[in-house]
Amino acid sequence: MKKYSLDLITGNCGKIDPYSIDSYIETGGYDTVRNIFAQDCENIINEIKKSDLRGRGGAGFPTGTKIEFVYKSDITPKFLVCNADEGEPGNFKDRFLLENDPHQLIEGMIIASYAAGISKGFIYIRGEYNKAIGILEKAIEQARQKGFLGKNICGSGFDFDIEIYSGAGAYVCGEEFALIESIEGKAGRPRNKPPYPVSAGIFNKPTLINNVETLSTIPFIIREGAEKYTSVGTPTSKGTRLVSLSGNVNRRGVFEVPFGISIREIIFNLGKGIPHGRRIKMVQLGGASGPCIPPEMIDLRLDYKEFENNGLSMGAGAVIVIDDRHDILDILRNIMVFFRHESCGKCTPCREGNRHILNILDRFIAKTATEKDLSTLESILNVMTDTSFCGLGQAAPTAILTALKYFRYEFLLGIYKEYEIKNAV
Amino acid sequence: MNTIEITINNKKISVPEGITILEAAKSAGLEIPTLCYHIDQSVKANCRVCIVEVEGMKTLPSSCSTAVRPGMVIHTNSAKVLEARRVIIEMILANHDADCLKCHRNLSCELQKIANQAGVRTNRFENVLEIKEIDNSTPSIVRNPNKCIKCGRCVEMCRDVQGINIIEKIGRSSEIEIIPAYGRYLSDVACVSCGQCSTVCPVAAIYEKEDIDMVWDAINDPGKHVIVQTAPAVRVSIGEEFGMEPGSIVTGKLVAALRRLGFDRVFDTNFTADLTIIEEGNELLHRLETGGVLPMLTSCSPGWINFIEQYYPELLPHVSTCKSPQQMFGALAKSYYSEKTGIPVRNIFVVSIMPCTAKKYEAKRPEMRTDGIHPDVDAVLTTRELGRMLKQAGIDFNILEEEQYDDPFGITTGAAVIFGASGGVMEAALRTVYEVVTGKTLDKLDFHDVRGMEGIKEAEVDLAGTKVKVAVAHSLSNARKIMELIKSGKCEYTFIEVMCCPGGCIGGGGQPYHTTNELRRKRIEAIYEADRDIPIRKSHENPAVKALYDEYLEKPIGEKSHHLLHTYYISRKKRACS
Amino acid sequence: MLLKTLNKEARKSENILNALLEYQKSKDTNYISEEELAQLAEELGITESRAYSIITFYSLFSTKPRGKYIIQVCNDVPCYVNGSTNILEELEDYLEIRVGGTTHDGVFSLERTSCLGCCNMSPAIRIGEKIYGNLTKDDVPRIISEYRRKYYEEV
Repeated sequence: MKKYSLDLITGNCGKIDPYSIDSYIETGGYDTVRNIFAQDCENIINEIKKSDLRGRGGAGFPTGTKIEFVYKSDITPKFLVCNADEGEPGNFKDRFLLENDPHQLIEGMIIASYAAGISKGFIYIRGEYNKAIGILEKAIEQARQKGFLGKNICGSGFDFDIEIYSGAGAYVCGEEFALIESIEGKAGRPRNKPPYPVSAGIFNKPTLINNVETLSTIPFIIREGAEKYTSVGTPTSKGTRLVSLSGNVNRRGVFEVPFGISIREIIFNLGKGIPHGRRIKMVQLGGASGPCIPPEMIDLRLDYKEFENNGLSMGAGAVIVIDDRHDILDILRNIMVFFRHESCGKCTPCREGNRHILNILDRFIAKTATEKDLSTLESILNVMTDTSFCGLGQAAPTAILTALKYFRYEFLLGIYKEYEIKNAV
Repeated sequence: MNTIEITINNKKISVPEGITILEAAKSAGLEIPTLCYHIDQSVKANCRVCIVEVEGMKTLPSSCSTAVRPGMVIHTNSAKVLEARRVIIEMILANHDADCLKCHRNLSCELQKIANQAGVRTNRFENVLEIKEIDNSTPSIVRNPNKCIKCGRCVEMCRDVQGINIIEKIGRSSEIEIIPAYGRYLSDVACVSCGQCSTVCPVAAIYEKEDIDMVWDAINDPGKHVIVQTAPAVRVSIGEEFGMEPGSIVTGKLVAALRRLGFDRVFDTNFTADLTIIEEGNELLHRLETGGVLPMLTSCSPGWINFIEQYYPELLPHVSTCKSPQQMFGALAKSYYSEKTGIPVRNIFVVSIMPCTAKKYEAKRPEMRTDGIHPDVDAVLTTRELGRMLKQAGIDFNILEEEQYDDPFGITTGAAVIFGASGGVMEAALRTVYEVVTGKTLDKLDFHDVRGMEGIKEAEVDLAGTKVKVAVAHSLSNARKIMELIKSGKCEYTFIEVMCCPGGCIGGGGQPYHTTNELRRKRIEAIYEADRDIPIRKSHENPAVKALYDEYLEKPIGEKSHHLLHTYYISRKKRACS
Repeated sequence: MLLKTLNKEARKSENILNALLEYQKSKDTNYISEEELAQLAEELGITESRAYSIITFYSLFSTKPRGKYIIQVCNDVPCYVNGSTNILEELEDYLEIRVGGTTHDGVFSLERTSCLGCCNMSPAIRIGEKIYGNLTKDDVPRIISEYRRKYYEEV
């Protein structure tokens, strides 16, 4: 039978007590840390590179390469930041990992830091994740007591400790430089790249920033070997990834799936289909900044290459199902309200663009839009995508741009009467 | 430096490695429009106007922040770029009070310039501007939020160069504003009125309070005897307002132009700059002799005085009690000059042409009224305002014949001219103090250690066997360092010159727009050139100053000069002065 | 010293955001006043403008007094398609305030929030530090009265 979900990194979730380090240790937790110090940093980095692990926060940058950058830097001190500022609507897999298996993350942070020569780590976690913050505080304290954090870890001579840094309600702080500004005690607005954080991050020191899921995957790769990790997945996307399934679906939740699984399988086999026998109107992938696809496209497989070929990005792995009771434009409006609220206001296209999009969208919803509105809308969307300073502004138009492609008829109804469109065709 | 090959608009060029696309394009004769970019500031890349197309890149990168790479193929005017640039500018304009014809920055506005360059003839976006209150609360600066394009140049100037951080980016998204905390009036926060924000603002979001009409009214009032004084720094910058080379010395033309405007007498603030040196030099010697508070700090720069009154009032006893040259002039105009000419004080109207916005505030201080009723200085125009006033009058500055200042405040020295540059007051003081103390003639008049754009400069002079250390600081972030040094008790300096603005008055907040550090250097060069060209280069050798003491003031730091030429300071500590 | 009142170790300047957040949390009115911010800025060694830029940038801060319990309603797509608007309207009706408002007795403030990361139990709300998920309109009175009772018991 085909396995839709695996438990490479979620094996402990729901099975161990997240408040107890012993519960984690009993499953073999921290064994990797005990053994790691006998290894060369290069070996560890190579193993991670071999696993083909890519950043699970959304950008998909090869993790091993990133660690290597920091490892090779001569500048000290170096910092590690675990990006737990999971704010993309529809994503909750990081919260799932934080609340269910905090020590796996800590273990991953220790390994990555040892490999890159880092002695100070931060977990930047959204202020709204109180429960997870409480669990992490406890976990870090326990790890210190057991000698996995602090000075001279396991007698190795390696020092590393973690500080929790709480966000305060700003989606843009998921962007790595906005996050760094926030840690430095400022409003979270992104900085110019390059230089990238790996060379000039927190206080201009080399900084390795990785997502919760990425760091939580590292213990498995080091413990079991890259080969085992890459035995699942597809030739172009190795291993597993966590999918946050939400919206109008019977079984919502976080699923660890092998790459190669289709969106249909996620919705119908893992999610048990749509409630009350309704139909799918559209599926949004990745989160608010992700593409909206029609039901005809849900055979799309979760695979970096396949997404790329379709001009789509996978984001942080959310799958949001919207059933046929809903109006596409109404959903898009909801998404734009989000972006208008969350734009940092730094660059012109994003600061000004979101509200114009919203205003024009309102005319489509009121069915008072004009052809000029449509062309203006498309202009702003393209200009925002092409010219915004950071990923937020570049991705904010994605939902509407894809909707214009796959659901254009809905927009035309904002301009013309139904019969006018039919006559024109 | 290595060079690399790139292609811009189908032309292959060699450029130094590591420069930006913007710089590379410039070297190829292509001016990519910019808005938030400022050559002396950090690259912000937030306006996105300077975007270009680079083959192989998914997005359109901003040319100000993107370094060239070998083989890069760049298009600065592709269809995609032109469209994107236009959309961006239209969006800025949709949130901007575009009453260009009535705007202070009409024809000097950077937004207007790039909108025109981009061929914006209509705006596809609806106007989303929410009209907010204009802050008119100070005599120096006006903040018009309806013009602000959120480029952040003023924030960087106020926070990083001046180190006071009065205005900040507040809020987020489309609600973002650049305002003082809680949107307070500038008069209610610890703003020093230096106006540096206004020199970097690309639009009219923050500008000097315009007093041109008040001056026209006085000139055209037959009952008023209107006299004008010109600050040292104006003669090396006003030419820029008329397209002349930065650093042109136009003293004679400036005098002629002011006469054409209708001023009854044209005087030189340099005269009272010389007087300042006599008074301040004697004050310093007095402090040295009597064990007074040292180091002594200069007091010519009103932005600096505002700073120390608000941020370090505990150090006020260090500040020289000398009024600034502008106020010494005003005081003399409304006493000595009035007596000498028989024109009643109420009929004398004193106008200052200053490189400075803080001078407007200084002139309004209640303690700056010699007779207790009439302000010593009635109106202050910045260099920029004078430029506009001359244009209103249709005066072609370029073809004016040079003329001389009027007596009795027309004879000046090289020592007074250099007041315009950071280090100048110190150098002028040293020239005089040395000769007064040692009784010897100084053979080398140039004190190169205290010149130039270095933030804090120091020098040592041998005053008849006593080695005296002096320092010069300009811009308030450097002033703050000096203040902290004094507070720490480790300050070894005896005398310190502080100027509020970068480069001193030649870089003042009222100087022509587009001031950059390069322009500041050129103006400084011109200042020292003017110094060399004047026959008398020491303040104490100014015959008119000597005559004034003989005829009226009697002696330096005497009773009369104490009344007319000295002042007092008070703590003006406000919130947010930490 | 306002920050000393917090039961935490001495603050380092890089922990500005968290210091402000914790100070706000320590207050029943869930906000930072103008006077407090000026003092906090001084204690943290930053300018008041910078402190103000921080508290106006991050949405968990408030410059106006709020209720003891802040009810945050998520209305992003996963909650929205599962009826969060109904919950929001029910809360408005039941509390007799609009979004952004505070009840007369100062017990509750009602706010919209960006996604709470609780999409597996949408529609979800957060009250204080607690999440309530899989809500229907009928749950609202029960939850609210629970908090109100708690509040008045403490008083």
